[in-house]
Amino acid sequence: MIDHAWIIPVLPLAAAALVALLGRRASKIAGSITAGAVFFALIISLKLLTRLIVNPGVNQVTVPWVESAGKLALEAGMLIDPLSVLMLVLVTFISLMVQIYSLGYMAEDPDKPRYFSYISLFTFSMIGLVMANNLVMIYMFWELVGLSSYLLIGFWYQKPEAANAGKKAFIVTRFGDLGFLIAILLLGFLLNTFNVIEIGQAATAGKLSGGMATLLALLIFAGAAGKSAQFPLHVWLPDAMEGPTPVSALIHAATMVAAGVFFVARVYPVFQASETAMLVIAYVGGFTAIFSASIGCVQNDIKRILAFSTISQLGYMMMALGCGGYSAGLFHLMTHAAFKALLFLGAGSIIHAVHTNNIWEMGGLLRRMGITGTTMLVASLALAGVFPFSGFFSKDAILFAAFDAGRMDLLVIGLVTALLTSFYIFRMFFIVFAGQPSHGHRGHESPPNMTVPLIFLALLSIGLGFFHNSFSRFIAHAFGAVQETASHHNRLIPMFAFLAAVLGFGWAYIVYAQKAVSAALLERRFSFWHRLIGNKYYIDELYAFFVRYVLFALSEGLAWFDRHIIDGAVDGLAWLCRVGGEGMRRLQVGRLHAYLLAFFVGLIVMIVTLLIANDDVMAFLL
Amino acid sequence: MMEGLSMIHYLIVSIVLFGISLYGVFTRRNAIALLLAIELIMLAVALNFTAATYFLGHAGGQIFAIFIITVSAAEAAVGLALVIAIYRRQKNVDLDQLTLLKG
Repeated sequence: MIDHAWIIPVLPLAAAALVALLGRRASKIAGSITAGAVFFALIISLKLLTRLIVNPGVNQVTVPWVESAGKLALEAGMLIDPLSVLMLVLVTFISLMVQIYSLGYMAEDPDKPRYFSYISLFTFSMIGLVMANNLVMIYMFWELVGLSSYLLIGFWYQKPEAANAGKKAFIVTRFGDLGFLIAILLLGFLLNTFNVIEIGQAATAGKLSGGMATLLALLIFAGAAGKSAQFPLHVWLPDAMEGPTPVSALIHAATMVAAGVFFVARVYPVFQASETAMLVIAYVGGFTAIFSASIGCVQNDIKRILAFSTISQLGYMMMALGCGGYSAGLFHLMTHAAFKALLFLGAGSIIHAVHTNNIWEMGGLLRRMGITGTTMLVASLALAGVFPFSGFFSKDAILFAAFDAGRMDLLVIGLVTALLTSFYIFRMFFIVFAGQPSHGHRGHESPPNMTVPLIFLALLSIGLGFFHNSFSRFIAHAFGAVQETASHHNRLIPMFAFLAAVLGFGWAYIVYAQKAVSAALLERRFSFWHRLIGNKYYIDELYAFFVRYVLFALSEGLAWFDRHIIDGAVDGLAWLCRVGGEGMRRLQVGRLHAYLLAFFVGLIVMIVTLLIANDDVMAFLL
Repeated sequence: MMEGLSMIHYLIVSIVLFGISLYGVFTRRNAIALLLAIELIMLAVALNFTAATYFLGHAGGQIFAIFIITVSAAEAAVGLALVIAIYRRQKNVDLDQLTLLKG
């Protein structure tokens, strides 16, 4: 069975190729083809999961790829262990939900084949990434995932904002990818292998010096930070909302952004070899979490609220991993995938109905969009970490991880972020679903192919939490896993977390549901902060400034150098030839007498030279 | 003066004659005059060789002088043929008008 696991990525790839080749002719059935392919991929992934639950362990299937006698060879292989198999199920399931949903959402779009082809390509890439057993393959799929993301964000490429957003995503993650690539090359060079397992074992055995381990870990983290939108490489994610909403759900909530977290977990032994790196990850994660949550509180575009929420939750996951909470970070990845995808798809359902992203143009939608509203409420409760929804268990696990690591400051940051999270998500909920509809938009419920995925995801958002213990036990068999300490009986932390959620909910309720405190008044009173945070702390402007005045200035300088000095050298040679030639030309006077004279002078020179060379003559003369 | 006559005197005459003719080669515009000057050069050289025969006792000088005359004749014939070709082209023998090869 495990030997045949390679069929899982092949199915969506084949579907993508098929749909791409069929083109416009396949417009009606494109979605069905790709959804069908990913459905089968899901079934096989589930079978693989059950196989592994019964018999947990690490399995590899490899095939040599590029031979190199004695030196660094390349292999192609699959790594099937609890981590990869869980990710497989996650990716295929979410992809299936998104594709079914897209059948409804993108029904009127003329470019359906291209859309489904790209989504299938992405699914293939993501599956390959989680299944690969060596860094070179992971990097390949990493880049493919980035490419798919670019293609899908800029799907409506005729819109300049979308095209620019796609570029921004690709370029920003490129910065991270550079560090990633350097790390891969260094690891391969130092340990003479790219295999994840061998590298992990070498790291645990202490084969990497402290400084080198730190450097490698930080470089890898740079790549993960790019893909998982950690500060300061988070700027592409809000802009990525220009893409179709199902794309946001799939890529920028559940899967691609999880790739960074996944990869940190995959090569966890390398990180564990470096205290410094773990610290950096934890604090960057924590900072990102609270930073982004604060921005999410003042956004007016529903997708942007969710985008910043995603950045914030990813920060939580990184924070957990940095504190040694392997199981906690990954469990949150799973639960987050479910409820965040649900939130995005729900948002898409709303946008599809009312044709706007602006929350202030919505309102009172709960009546007409019952399914969407209810499922989004479930997701919001999960996100806010309210018992007994899944988010409660995973968020608590993270807070416990921070506590166990002795990082009380991160624990506090986590709690404050939880409060902000609860606030912004219920702010969104109240503005969108409660109250009176503005603009008379009452909305209408979406077709079943859109609402059924919402229901499935809502069920997961409720139910996944109860599998926490099973999850921890299962994931402990993954390669690189950290053995969890005994289950916690500390009641204080869950209580504080719940309190944070309640406070956030309460504050949102007071301001946006009861309207007891005027939001407008608060905005004016704290206008400086409102502007600062609303403009995302001007980070984008900072980058733009840097790019224009530092980077481009440097580029202009280099361009000048290239044009004048390098091209100048080459052009100069040509000029020399030309001028030389023209000079030579002046010798050709055409007059016989000139030639005769030249002839004679040459003769004299020759004779004199010969005479000088002749010693007897010189003896005689001198 | 007769008893002091040595090779050097003949050499000087030869050189002077050579020099004058060389000047003529460089200066004459008329093609035929150019050919005349060339002939004079050859004459100077032949004179030199002949003097060498007497003063160095080697018969090779005179023999070579005969060679020179022969070659001179042949080359004059060719040269005159060229002159005729030039004349046919431009109706005069002005060498300064031959500038087709001017770069």
